[in-house]
Amino acid sequence: MSLSTQSRTVAGRSTTPPGGEPRRKRQLLGKNPFGLLLSAPYLIFVLAVFAYPLVFAFWMSFHDYFFAAPGVDVDRPFVGLDNFREVLADPAIIRSFGNVGIFLLINVPLTVVLSLVLATALNKAVRFRTFLRVAYYVPYVTASVAVVGVWIFLFSGNGLVNQILGPLAPDPAWLINENWAMPTIAIFVTWKGLGFFILLYLAALQNVSEELYEAASTDGAGKIRSFFSVTVPGVRPATVLVLLLSTVTGANLFTEPYLLTGGGGPNGASSSPVLMMYQRGIEQGSPDSAAAIGVILVIGVLILAFVQRKLAGGDES
Amino acid sequence: MSRAQNILRGVVLTVGALVFLFPFYYMVIGSLQAEPDPTVAGAFPNPANLTLDNYGDINSRINLLQGLLNSGIFTGGVILCTVVFGVLVGYALAQLQWRGRGVTFALALLVQVVPFQLLMIPLYVMIARDYGLADNYVGMILPFAINSTAVIIFRQYFLQIPKELFDAARIDGAGELRILRRIALPLVRPALLTVVLLTFIGPWNEFLWPFLITKEASLQPLAVSLANYLSNVAATAANPFGAVLAGACVLAGPAVLLFILFQRHFVSNNIGSGVKG
Repeated sequence: MSLSTQSRTVAGRSTTPPGGEPRRKRQLLGKNPFGLLLSAPYLIFVLAVFAYPLVFAFWMSFHDYFFAAPGVDVDRPFVGLDNFREVLADPAIIRSFGNVGIFLLINVPLTVVLSLVLATALNKAVRFRTFLRVAYYVPYVTASVAVVGVWIFLFSGNGLVNQILGPLAPDPAWLINENWAMPTIAIFVTWKGLGFFILLYLAALQNVSEELYEAASTDGAGKIRSFFSVTVPGVRPATVLVLLLSTVTGANLFTEPYLLTGGGGPNGASSSPVLMMYQRGIEQGSPDSAAAIGVILVIGVLILAFVQRKLAGGDES
Repeated sequence: MSRAQNILRGVVLTVGALVFLFPFYYMVIGSLQAEPDPTVAGAFPNPANLTLDNYGDINSRINLLQGLLNSGIFTGGVILCTVVFGVLVGYALAQLQWRGRGVTFALALLVQVVPFQLLMIPLYVMIARDYGLADNYVGMILPFAINSTAVIIFRQYFLQIPKELFDAARIDGAGELRILRRIALPLVRPALLTVVLLTFIGPWNEFLWPFLITKEASLQPLAVSLANYLSNVAATAANPFGAVLAGACVLAGPAVLLFILFQRHFVSNNIGSGVKG
């Protein structure tokens, strides 16, 4: 990523090599071993609550792992790909992956387009700027759990949305309708997260040079044309980031289906892989299957991220 | 720039803002209604239908004050760890040269990238089963203590400070600890508020992990107890919405208030650099 800053650090340091006495120590620990001391507590934490569980997750997915009373020594044999086979043969789990696919197809493009358009408009706005900023960010800073209550109320059978739609309202209502449950969740998550992505685009827009817009308008480009020819390519690194982050957040969907549709209903139409991990791993006590779902999910996200990077071509970021 | 375009932009932005704010307005109105009124007229305050009873109602089901306190302890613990680690490691990464610096930075970035959900099951096994830290504040805080956003923001921040400042102090004979205390820490103050605000939203709004790790109601953060009320109790109650929305207002209140008060410090550059590294 930002290697340039590190090489700058190295160049700036090459000034004073004091007395030769602690030379070997310096070779072993670097010029300022104090840095290692400052970072040691953090590194220990990272090993304990990040690196170890990460390895543990992969290990678990290849073994027959089950909960045992603490301190009891039990045999947990290596089972190869059995957990993966079991998980992939389960229609409910396959469906949850399909659901996330639908979710991403709605959420990701909507997020990219809306956040770029709103950020562009917001960037030029002079009046009520603070009010508008606050309005767009407030859903992002609020807990999902809090706003979920309002959405259930708004989208229930005789809720405000259906009252306004009248005869156009879907029956059964949004969140209990097999076809609408997932799209409604996708729109909820888009609405909730948009403020953060607008923020990213606003930062990126500051880096698009004003001269490019002037040049475009000298060449006779209108506002729309210069949006597509100057703004869109100018913020491409941000777009790559927005694509990646919205995909990762989408793949980790849990709270919304758990609360909005009562745990992935109706009939599993809005279940998500993380919800399945929770049900299999903790409610039904097979953490090995849950770990296998997690590994498949992460591999899926990595593939998606790779494809997006190829398509959006964000190598220069 | 033509007038028509200006007006169009104004309309788009205003309509967008209203769509964004409406659910919050509806949350407050709904929490104050004696009888839930889902009609269009119900979206406007009706003095005959206003009451504060819902707040009392939700408070009798879940202890709001205790929930807020638990959320506060959880959030405070996470912020403390994040800021302490962030300042120390950020400073070490930006201004000191030591073996393992590159690896440490790579690890900090990796922590950002690997989704928590992959670690959820092993962390649950370790923290709840092996260490017996379920229903415990420490168990709640631990996985969030290593939030690298702060490390990356502080590193970026310290990189902007000229190295000569620290070298001059070294030449004057100041020890490393003294340089850290007297020079590095005071310099960090302006970035501190941004980091605290950014860190605050995470644990305050977090649902999944505290939900997994706390079964005892008296230890649950407000987000968890409200969600449990929503998914268990509310289904059986006759008029649950007013109470749920009242709880939602109490949960959303502190975060929204903090954000509005300090929205100036909620700067895009910092978040961008925090995420990009």
